[in-house]
Amino acid sequence: MKLLIALAFLLGGCATAPDADPRDPWEGFNRGVYRFNEVVDEAVAKPVATAYRDGVHAEIRDRVRNFFANIGDVFIGVNNALQGKFRESFEDFARVTFNSTLGLLGIHDVASDMGIEKHNEDFGQTFGWWGAGQGPYLVLPILGSSTVRDGVGLALDLYTDPLGEVRPIDVRNSLLALRLTGARADLLEASRILEQAALDKYVFQRDAYLQRRRSLVYDGRPPRERYEDDAPVNREPR
Amino acid sequence: MRTLALVTGILVASVAHAQFEAPDVLVKNVTTEVVELIAKDKQIRAGDRGKLVQLIEAKVLPHFNFQSMTALAMGQSWNKANAEQKKVLIEEFKTLLVRTYASALAAYSEQRFDYRPLRARPTDTDVTVQVRVIQPGAQPVPIDYSMERTGSGWKVYDVMVGGVSLVANYRTEFNGTVRTSGVDGLIKNLQAKNRSLAEKK
Repeated sequence: MKLLIALAFLLGGCATAPDADPRDPWEGFNRGVYRFNEVVDEAVAKPVATAYRDGVHAEIRDRVRNFFANIGDVFIGVNNALQGKFRESFEDFARVTFNSTLGLLGIHDVASDMGIEKHNEDFGQTFGWWGAGQGPYLVLPILGSSTVRDGVGLALDLYTDPLGEVRPIDVRNSLLALRLTGARADLLEASRILEQAALDKYVFQRDAYLQRRRSLVYDGRPPRERYEDDAPVNREPR
Repeated sequence: MRTLALVTGILVASVAHAQFEAPDVLVKNVTTEVVELIAKDKQIRAGDRGKLVQLIEAKVLPHFNFQSMTALAMGQSWNKANAEQKKVLIEEFKTLLVRTYASALAAYSEQRFDYRPLRARPTDTDVTVQVRVIQPGAQPVPIDYSMERTGSGWKVYDVMVGGVSLVANYRTEFNGTVRTSGVDGLIKNLQAKNRSLAEKK
């Protein structure tokens, strides 16, 4: 993972387009990885995810999603605590407590029914919360849209991922594959809409990613950007 | 005399005010109606995109201000277009957005919607109406409708999904195309895109 980022830095230097977007100085390199990802997606991820969506009952897919989401809540709670958002962090751990017990190891999201809402946090957002700029846009092999900041965050997310500790190895691999398949299946509709909406998919997805991350760092309440500004839109949030 | 004019003014204003549905009520009513119509329509649920587009054109389109949306998506490039080009741009962007909206509706119409209370003063002319889509095992997805008060009621001029502004998301692309191949280049791109979408279904 870290190796990939280092590699991106190296390759990035020689791939700068003349008319580059200031947020995306490595566009040439990124577009290459993007094309690679699309090939892999078309050949493997999308067909598997489609088969999963069409072959597995929605009820069961919900249980699977909830199970992984419950594990994720532990880290959302840790990240909320690291950002000093202790009320949210408390809610996250309350969710884990209720869902792991009443929700039968997380397969039922009873906490949401009780009105304790799920949050969205990760290490990349924690860095952003403490003022780290996002750095250049970066497309990671397989993992897709990121930035230098979010890439480092993602490396930490993966490093601390409890699924990585599961043994035997083939059980761990099956769990990871199931989680990825489910995640891709949830994005099937979104990727179809992206396909329709975008003139240039690469640009549309990049801009959506950067807007989305900015919104997440500010927990859905980013300072409003002025439309009529002459300055380039979507400047660095901080 | 002046008092009379003032009173008349207030009366006219309040009548005008009252005849428009409040923005949050409008969003809720339109969403509920469209979702119900989709649920009842066998052809749409079987994937008839043409019929869904018709439904959106009849029920949803009148509440959008496509001139504002196109101008905002174009940003600085808007003033480089002449009146005729502007008309074409609005029409093509509208076609693209309606198709995109149709796909989104087809995908998410079975989800549960949660309408947030509107936080605005009665005198406000620019408000954000917040709706959330509830999904199992995930953070709810917020949909924010930016709306402005016009002479013919409240109109949507931007939609933000999960913090992503639809209008702003087109801006880099639109400005880039105008820079490299002019306003006509952008028009050509939009027309080609819409043609390819029309052929696909």
